[in-house]
Formats: sequence, structure tokens, C-alpha cells
Amino acid sequence: MKLVQISVFLENKQGRLFEVCSLLGKEKINIRALSVAESEEFGILRMVVDNPTKAVAALKKRGFVASLTDIVAVEVDDKPGGLASILGVFSKNNINVEYMYGFVEKFSDKAILVFRFDDANKAIKVLARNKISIIGEKDIKSL
Amino acid sequence: MKKAYWNEAQETSSRNTLKRLQLQRLRQVIDRALKTPFYKARLRRAGISGSRDIKTLDDLKKVPFTTKDDLRECYPDGLLAVDLKDVVRIHTSSGTTGTPTVIYHTREDIANWTELVARCIVATGASSKDVFQNMMSYGMFTGGLGLHYGAERVGMTVIPMGSGNTRRQIQLMHDFKTTVVHITPSYLLHIYSKLEECGFSVSDLCLQKAYLGAEPYSENTRKKIEELLNVDAYNSYGLSEMNGPGVAFECVYKRGMHVWEDAYIMEVIDPHTLQEVPAQEEGEIVFTTLTRRATPLLRYRTRDLGFIYKDECKCGRTHRRLSRITGRTDDMLIINGVNVYPSQIEEVIMRIPQVGTNYQICLEKDGALDKLVVKVEIYSKMFKGELGELDALRARIKEDLRASIIINPSVELHEPGSLPVFEGKAKRVVDSRQKL
Repeated sequence: MKLVQISVFLENKQGRLFEVCSLLGKEKINIRALSVAESEEFGILRMVVDNPTKAVAALKKRGFVASLTDIVAVEVDDKPGGLASILGVFSKNNINVEYMYGFVEKFSDKAILVFRFDDANKAIKVLARNKISIIGEKDIKSL
Repeated sequence: MKKAYWNEAQETSSRNTLKRLQLQRLRQVIDRALKTPFYKARLRRAGISGSRDIKTLDDLKKVPFTTKDDLRECYPDGLLAVDLKDVVRIHTSSGTTGTPTVIYHTREDIANWTELVARCIVATGASSKDVFQNMMSYGMFTGGLGLHYGAERVGMTVIPMGSGNTRRQIQLMHDFKTTVVHITPSYLLHIYSKLEECGFSVSDLCLQKAYLGAEPYSENTRKKIEELLNVDAYNSYGLSEMNGPGVAFECVYKRGMHVWEDAYIMEVIDPHTLQEVPAQEEGEIVFTTLTRRATPLLRYRTRDLGFIYKDECKCGRTHRRLSRITGRTDDMLIINGVNVYPSQIEEVIMRIPQVGTNYQICLEKDGALDKLVVKVEIYSKMFKGELGELDALRARIKEDLRASIIINPSVELHEPGSLPVFEGKAKRVVDSRQKL
């Protein structure tokens, strides 16, 4: 099952990231995971939030360039070698990861990894075959 | 296509009749010009002491050119040909680039100007049934009042908003079902980018036509506007020295702007040799006013570059067509020795769908060399969230520009709404190189 991530185009300019986060705060949207990819004078802010549709609408209304991207989120044990074991599965099955970022859950011993694949459907099949649990929309909301 | 004229006899009169009328009016305007201190001295020196020295239209070539600097030197009343009591209006230029220039109008001048604007409006297929929102500045800028008078003359329902106040513009466009707008292309694109924020979409509006003028823009910008807003966009040409808007305007065929040749004699010259160039060949546009009473101007060099179309227009108007303005003799940039017009850069970037509605051309010094930085806003609907696509976009803009202007620019991508917005004429070029 795929999840959606919000991607926001941001100029490297003071206070821009703050504006996005405070806007989402006002809209009562909770950020679950976040990463920034940057180039010389601009970057892309990537976030997994509890209500992506509402978040994108709010951002667009305020003039931000935002879009939704499919991603896959996976739960692993928060212990040494946890990430390596997953990446090993991808490597063996020729699954290419475009980018990824991770975050740790507060009340459990699990970590959550967010992946962007060039072929998400194939990745999901491989994950299922290897009994690696994928996080759905409901899980994200209840985290 | 439906053919409608405001003044059919004049707009479709034969070339011969038109030329006879031009000669008759040229002789009158020479006599009127001789009443001004400026032309009295200038024409005498050229051996012209009255209309008797003008026997054919070719004799116009004996008349010296008038330049913007001449107008500045004549400020405030060196070119006034009538008694001030007969003047009903004064328009001056802003004077941001030097001493202002002034044009006086009599009641008859205003009536003639209004007639020309009415012809332009009807040529685009608009009529008294249309609701016209005028988003050009009123006041000293001729764009606002010029179209306002013409639109009322045609009987349109006029909303005299002027420029600026985007939120209210959009609200009124919606509430009064505006069908025609008069606006600068950059401001219309800005309005488009704010629609969603104001809670509207293009389909909530009744817009059919946009009259675009007051700043140069490319054919690709026109296409972009027509697609984004689902309108027909018409090119308008005018300059305050020639009244303002209403000098030339596109008809429904949208291929070049008909110049009202019963009111103006148009010449296109090589700006260096000052010789006339043939049709279809680009040069500097020169106008002689034929009907103006208060401020007659002879062979005025506009500094705008364009060409005259050779072929006839399907609309039936016999008045020749002027091309889109391709640049100005004074806005040419010299970048590391290469001549570049800002319009060439616009042409390239507006063809790329991921580019948004605003851009800026910056020139800086990088050591001894000139550095060209092109800043563009990205089009939000094209953003898919990948860094790679943005890098590819940047590379494409760079490559297309290099191929077109032979200069390697650096390209910056910006968020929509982050580059300076202009509610009147856009100022797209920022040249921070030290002047020698």
C-alpha cells in the first residue's frame, strides 16, 4: 500500500521553512516525518503528515508550490542493522531507491522508513514476499 | 469570421483615396506645425515654409525627423500649436528617464483619438454588449483614459478600475461578468496566478477578450495567456507622443496591428542610415500625426522596432499592419559584446510549459565579464515534487537560451509570486553593471 508525501518547492530564503511549518501548525496538521533535499538556490521539503490533502490545499492557498508524491513507508526494529536488513532485500531484488528518510516512533521500539522507488508496485510486492510490514494511511493517522 | 467596422468607409477606403487624404492632411499639418517655435525654425532650415512646399507624399522626406530629445527640449510649450484656451487636456510622460515630454490636446484632438480607439475595439469583434474592465492606469498615463473614452463611445459597459488592487479586480470581473479587459500582459498573468487564492477559477469568469499593451511581450506570452485564461488576446500599440493607445490594433485575424493611416503616416527606417526599409523588413517605426491640432508631430522617431506586413488582411481593412514590437532601439543589451534584446529571452522562456508567469533578467559584472542571470518563476501545476525535474528544467532553459542568444546564462528557479510584480509597465531588466 502506497502512502502520499507532500513535496514543497522552497527557495533558499530565510524563514521559508518556518512559514510552511507554522501554516501547517495553524491548520492543526501534524508532521510525522520530514526531510529537505537541496540544490544551490532552492530545495524541496518532503513531509509525511496526518492529513495530506488538507495540507496541500492550505499550502496552495497561501501560494506555495506543493504536490503529492507516492511513497512507501516501512516499519523496522529500531536496533543496529535494522535499515541494512531492509536495504539488503531491495538490493537482492534489484529495487532502486530514489531517496529515503527515516524517523523513530515515540512509544515503541520501531523505526519508520520512508522510501521513494522508481517502481513502487514492484517494491511493495517484494516487501510483502519478505514479510516486511508496510504502513498504511490509518497507521500514519494513529501514530 | 464576422466582419464589423466602426467606420467602414474610412477603414476600407481604397489605397488611392487614402493616399489623397494623407496628402491633403499632411499639407494642413505642416501649416499647423509652422505655428510652433520649434518647427518654425526646424522646417525653415529644411527649406519648407508652408504647405506649398509639400506637393506629393514623397515630399515628406524633406522634413527632418523629430526625436524624443527634441520633445524634451521643447518642454513645456515649444511644440504647442494652438492658443492655450483651446486646449482641453495635457498628458505628460513620467520623466523617469529625463525631462518629461508633454502632449496637448484640443477638444477635436480628443474626439479624433476616441474615434480611432472605437475602431480598434470594434475590429476585435467587441460591441456595446460587452462589459469592459479597464485595468490600465488612469491619470497622466494615456492607456487608461484613451481606452476608456473609446469604450464609452462604442457603448460598452465600462468599469474604470485602473491598475492594481488585484483582489478587487477579480471580484468585480466575477460580479459584473466582465467580458473584455485592457491590461498589461504581466499584470494579467499576475491576476491569473492570484485567481485560486481569491477563491475563483477561470471558469467562474466570463472573460472573452484581453487587450494587451503598454509593454513589449512575445508571441509565446500571448499564447500562454490565451491558453491559461481561455481568451482571445489582442495586441495594442500606442505611445503618448501619438496620443496613446489607438495608433494600431489587431483585428479578429490577430496577425499584425492595423495602423490608422488616415490619422498617421507610418514609415519604417534603418535607425543607422535613416533610409526607409521595404515592407517585411525590420526597422525603427516613425510616425507623422495627420489630424492633431494642439501638438502636431512630424516624422517622430518612436525608437520602437517592427516591420510592416506586405500582404493584405482578410478583414477587408486597407490600413496596413504593423508587426508586434520586436524591441526598442534603446533597450538593446550588450552582453560581452553580443547584442541581445530582452524580447529574445522572453520568447525562449515563455515557450517552456514549466515556466510560470513572471521572470527577470539581471546583468552583473563577474570580474571583467558580464554575467547574465535569468530568474524565472516555476509554474506550480507542473511541479511533481522531484529535484531531478527541476534540475532538468534549469538545464533546458540554459540550453535553449544559449542556442538562441549565444550567451551562457545562469538560470535561477523561484517560487511563484516571489519576483517583483508590476501593476503598470513591467520592468524586467535589472542592469547592475557599472556604466563606463
